[in-house]
Amino acid sequence: MARRIKSPTPIYSVKDMLNEQSINKILVPVVNKSSAVVPFHLQIKGMHIFQKAKNKILPMLAEKPQFVETDIPEAHQVALEDIDVSNPFMFRQNKWHSYFKRLRDECPVHFQPNSPFGPFWSVTRFEDIVFVDKHHDLFSAEPAIVIGRTPDGLPGETFIAMDPPKHDVQRQAVQGVVAPKNLKEMETLIRQHVCDILDGLPTGQTIDWVERVSMELTARMLATIFDFPFEDRHKLIEWSDKATNSPEMAGGTGTVDEVFNAALEAAKAFAVLWHEKAARKKAGEELGFDLISLLLSNKDTEDMIKRSMEFIGNLSLLIVGGNDTTRNSITGGVLALNEFPEEFTKLKANPKLIPNMVSEIIRWQTPLAYMRRIAKQDVELNGQTIKKGDKVVMWYVSGNRDERKIEQPDAFIIDRKNARNHLSFGFGIHRCMGNRLAEMQLRVLWEELLVRFDGIDVVGEPEYVQSNFVKGYAKMMVTLTAKDSSQ
Amino acid sequence: MANITFVEHDGTEHTVDIEEGKSLMQVAMDNGVPGIDADCGGECACGTCHVIVDDRWIKATGAVSEEEQQMLDMTPEKEVTSRLSCSVNLSSEMDGMVVRLPEFQM
Ligand code: HEM
Ligand code: FES
Repeated sequence: MARRIKSPTPIYSVKDMLNEQSINKILVPVVNKSSAVVPFHLQIKGMHIFQKAKNKILPMLAEKPQFVETDIPEAHQVALEDIDVSNPFMFRQNKWHSYFKRLRDECPVHFQPNSPFGPFWSVTRFEDIVFVDKHHDLFSAEPAIVIGRTPDGLPGETFIAMDPPKHDVQRQAVQGVVAPKNLKEMETLIRQHVCDILDGLPTGQTIDWVERVSMELTARMLATIFDFPFEDRHKLIEWSDKATNSPEMAGGTGTVDEVFNAALEAAKAFAVLWHEKAARKKAGEELGFDLISLLLSNKDTEDMIKRSMEFIGNLSLLIVGGNDTTRNSITGGVLALNEFPEEFTKLKANPKLIPNMVSEIIRWQTPLAYMRRIAKQDVELNGQTIKKGDKVVMWYVSGNRDERKIEQPDAFIIDRKNARNHLSFGFGIHRCMGNRLAEMQLRVLWEELLVRFDGIDVVGEPEYVQSNFVKGYAKMMVTLTAKDSSQ
Repeated sequence: MANITFVEHDGTEHTVDIEEGKSLMQVAMDNGVPGIDADCGGECACGTCHVIVDDRWIKATGAVSEEEQQMLDMTPEKEVTSRLSCSVNLSSEMDGMVVRLPEFQM
């Protein structure tokens, strides 16, 4: 199967990597230093030009894997050593179940030496994944958490891809924005948005659930936590989608130019927003509970705008972190209830099951298929020796279906016992910061859906996203049936 | 029988028997004490079994490992005597101990 993907192998030689690293080492501090004087959207432009120039000097760097979709054979037809679960069509072709089951049973810690993203280990069982995720002393999250690489020279230092102590400092600076206390206030706003969106939906006619509900609600939620201009909310989604869609990261369909242009636009818009709020603060106005106000009210972060890499990194992490994940859980929940219609009946009879169902949706969907690490030393794991420097991929999507840990793992059971014990939010110091926000949003959505609709029927097959990282949907057509108001 | 008392954020008290060798989280779950999620099932890896131990009892709960400290630092509700209840092993010396539950688990 690996061979069916056209890819220049090896993508980068060691020599190129060295050159590249040394170039970046020189560049990054210079950019951060100059950020006090040079507006950072100009720096991003500079990075982009620099990156293009570098690709001319080191043409190997410019080569990207190209992905052409071909039929993936059945898991049992492939030799164990040839299994390559980084194939970005695994989810779309619905082959991931059988491939991961085979790995869990026959080779739970599996090495693939020749993927288009380079060699990597797959960790596929629940317990082993928890072990890797917990041991940040053995496995580093730097420099990136996707199987591939982030586009060269792209600005942004995000704490999801940082180790302690830097990670801890950065996370603590922003985590208040999605802390439960803050969420209590946000719930009212989110509910208003949910009601507004749902009241605008037609019944008895086929609509795209992804566009009308999942994306719309996610955009409004993001606009709320950033206090971003409401009418421009779709920009947030567009930037985020572009930022994660480049092929060398996780097998997507975008281009590096798109990634840079999105970063450029986002940086400009957020700088404007920052300066507006800073001016209001100076004038003695009380600040809100949005992210930028929060950063401005904290001693450690009030001048973050001067550290451009950190600024854009933290903002993009929150936009990207809250985007695909919630969107695809909103869509995935509807799909799950269609595949398991008796659960929908159960739900309508007992709406108290919503919070438990929300956890089950997030497990069943597993919106982010994995997080990646690099071994900091040789590590023995389930009979294999992972060497220092090797890439290690924790496949949450597999661990969440591990029959050793979870009974009937492929079934969607809204009153499942211990539904909260899933891997979708990760574990350890990088555990999802937005988990409570995500759960709250889904809970509010389902509360309001049940009041209004009796049926949400999926029409045809959903369209899946091309990626090995984002497990999601591009489109899903549904027909709504109104609830009989006389009941 | 030796027991401990969990106090919910709204003041509701739950007194449960101490079962030596079990963790504080485990007895809370076994006795249906609300307000503890324990998402990782006791691996010290999620931070959702956070409790605040009464000052007088904090010594009896033993030392905080670096791992636990790091997870606690991620909780905005953290107080001086905060512990992750899955990392507190029960012993009969804790007879009468009182622990408070935070308003939210992160
Ligand atoms: C169902 C929805 C979501 C899922 C499945 C999800 C999943 C994840 C996962 C797997 C991680 C990495 C965990 C690890 O490495 O152990 C993570 C980290 C993170 N997530 Fe989420 N996420 C969701 C929603 C959100 C939302 C709504 C936000 C914020 C608006 C958010 C912000 C973050 C941040 C900032 C991090 C980095 C935490 C760190 O490195 O310390 N996520 N998320
Ligand atoms: S149960 Fe997860 S940290 Fe205690």
